[in-house]
Amino acid sequence: MAELTLKSVGKTYAGGVDAVTDVNIDIKDGEFIVLVGPSGCGKSTLLRMVAGLETVTRGDVHIGGRRVNDLDPAERDIAMVFQNYALYPHMSVRDNMAYGLKNRGESKAVIEERVAEAARMLELGQYLDRKPRALSGGQRQRVAMGRAIVRQPKAFLFDEPLSNLDAKLRVSMRMEIRKLQQRLGTTSLYVTHDQLEAMTLADRLVVLNGGRVEQIGAPLEVYRKPASTFVASFIGAPAMSLLDAQIEGGQLLLAGQALAGVGIAPGPVTLGLRAEDLRIVANGLRMRVEYVEELGAQRIVHGMVGDQAVAVIDQHDTPLGPDVRIAVDPTRLHLFDARSGRRMETRLHRVAEPAQ
Amino acid sequence: MQKIKPFDHLILILGVLFLCAPVVMALMSSTHAAIDIHSNGLSLLPGGNGIETYTKVLTHRGGFTGDVTGLLMLRNSLIMGLGFAVGKIALSMMAAYALVYFRFRFATLLFWAIFATLLLPLEVRIMPSYQVMSELHLLNTYTGLIVPLLASATGTFFFRQFFRSVPDELLEAARIDGAGPVKFFIDILVPLSKTMMAAIFIIMFIYGWNQYLWPLLMTTDESFYTLMRGIKSILQVWVGSQIPDYNEAFALAVLAMVPPVAVVVIFQRMFIKGLTESDK
Repeated sequence: MAELTLKSVGKTYAGGVDAVTDVNIDIKDGEFIVLVGPSGCGKSTLLRMVAGLETVTRGDVHIGGRRVNDLDPAERDIAMVFQNYALYPHMSVRDNMAYGLKNRGESKAVIEERVAEAARMLELGQYLDRKPRALSGGQRQRVAMGRAIVRQPKAFLFDEPLSNLDAKLRVSMRMEIRKLQQRLGTTSLYVTHDQLEAMTLADRLVVLNGGRVEQIGAPLEVYRKPASTFVASFIGAPAMSLLDAQIEGGQLLLAGQALAGVGIAPGPVTLGLRAEDLRIVANGLRMRVEYVEELGAQRIVHGMVGDQAVAVIDQHDTPLGPDVRIAVDPTRLHLFDARSGRRMETRLHRVAEPAQ
Repeated sequence: MQKIKPFDHLILILGVLFLCAPVVMALMSSTHAAIDIHSNGLSLLPGGNGIETYTKVLTHRGGFTGDVTGLLMLRNSLIMGLGFAVGKIALSMMAAYALVYFRFRFATLLFWAIFATLLLPLEVRIMPSYQVMSELHLLNTYTGLIVPLLASATGTFFFRQFFRSVPDELLEAARIDGAGPVKFFIDILVPLSKTMMAAIFIIMFIYGWNQYLWPLLMTTDESFYTLMRGIKSILQVWVGSQIPDYNEAFALAVLAMVPPVAVVVIFQRMFIKGLTESDK
C-alpha cells in the first residue's frame, strides 16, 4: 500500500510519436483511480509506464515515495492484471498464483498460506489444481487477480481486465473488483475505455484524450461538470448532445430561441445538453423525432433541433408525434468555448418563456 | 450412415499395399537364406532362417578388425540420432529465443542469414566442414560426428515462429512476477514448446539416423560404424563368385527402421499437435 505520484510524465515513441504528454496525477494511499479514454489516448501506455513495461521518456513516477523510473517491473512492487489474463497455460491455478512468490524466494509455508487465502477470497478453492484452459473466462480473470493479490503489492494495475468477458459477467466482476479493492485497501490504477465501468469503479476518474489529461475528478463531479466538450461527450450514456449556439444581447440562442440569460460576451458557443435534463413539454424548442430507443424503464428519443442532433430521456410511454417540444432548466445547461472546447463557468438564469 | 463405396475402398487398399509391400518384402526376405534370395528373388512369405539371420546380424563380428557387430552399429546410430535431435533442439531454441526476445542490432539480418543456410545442403559444405574437424583433431570422435551438423536453420525457424505466437503479455506477466530472461525461458517457454520440441525431435532424429555421407567421411575407425554404413558394406562384397548376404542386408534394413518408427509412434500425437495448433 502506498501513494503513487506521476509528475509531468511523458512518453515519446521511437519515431517521434507523442503517446503521453505531461501527465500529473497524485494518487492517495488506497485510492481507486480509473484511467478512461478512447482507444489510442495513451491510457494503456501510461499504465505500462507505471508498471515498468515501457520506459518513461519524461517526468518521474513515484511509488510509495520512491522514484521507480529506472527500476525493473519486478522491483517496483506492483501487480498487474492483463486483458487476456496472461496466465501461464502449462501451470495449475496454484502454480500460477505462486510463481511470483517463488521467484521472490518466499518460504513454502508463506506461499501456501497466501495462495489459500487468495483462493478463499476469490472462491477458487476447488479449482486450484486445474489448468487455466479448463476454466471459464470469469474464473481465469479471478486467477489473474489472485496472482496479483498473493503478492501483497503496493499497487494493483488493471489493464482493461473485463474487456474479454460477456456483458453480464462484466457487471458482476466489476462489483467483485471493487469490493476486493475496498477490503484490501490497495492503491489501484485501472484502465478502461468503458465509461460506465469507469464511473462505477472509480474513486477518481482521469479522462485522457490524445495523451493529455482532460479532467481529473470524482465520477459525479466529472459527470456534472465536464471540463471540456471531449469529456462531456465521452462520459455518460447517451452522450451529452453538443450543439452550436449563439450568445447575443446577453441571451443564449439555440435555433433562434432564447434558452437562458448569460453574462458572456456575444459570439458562438458550444451548448451541452444532458439527455436526462431535457423534458418533453407542451411549449418549448421544437424537435423533429428521428427514432426512439425503448429501454423499458425509460426511452431515449433521438431527434433534430434545427439541423443538430439531440437526445432526450423520457420516462413516459405515450406515443410521440413527428414533432415534440422540449425544455431544459437553465441551471442544467453546459457552455463550452466554441474554439477550445473548454468549459465556461457562468451563471445562467431563466428568461421569459417565449411566446408560442 | 454413409454408404460404403467399394471402388473407393479398392483404391485405398491398393494404396496401402503399394506402401506396405516393400516393407513386408524386406521383412520376409530377411528370413530366407542368401542363396534362396539370389536364385528365387524376393519373397513375400516367411522362410526358415529368421532367427539365425537376426542373431548373426546383431552379434556377428565383421569388418576388417572383426569387431563390428550389429549391436555396435545400432548403438552408434542411436547416439547419432539422439545427439542430433537433442543438440539441434537445444541450440535452435536458444537461437530463436535470442532472435525473438532480445533487441539487438542486425537481428533480422542474422535471422535471414540463418534462414539462407537452409538453401545449402550438407553436401555443399562438406569439404570445409571436414577440414575444420580434421584440424581440430575431431575425426573419429562422436563430437566430430555430431557437433558440426547441430546448427539447424529449420529448427531455429520453427521455434522463432512459435515464440512469436506466444502472447507478449505472458512475458510481461513473467517480468512483473520477477522472472529474468533465463527463468522465463526455462519456466515458461520450454514447457510451452513441448509439442514443438516433439515435432522437431522426430524430424531431427530421423535426419541424424539416416546420415550416411557425413559419418562415412568423418570416421575411418570401424567402431564408429553406423547401421547405414553396415548395410552398404554387406552389399559391397560382390566380388568374384561371392553372393552378397542379401538376407543380412534386409535384416539390418528392418532393424534400422525400428527406432525411427518407434520414435514416430511415441511422439506422433504431440507431433501432430505441434504442427497444427499453437497452444493458447
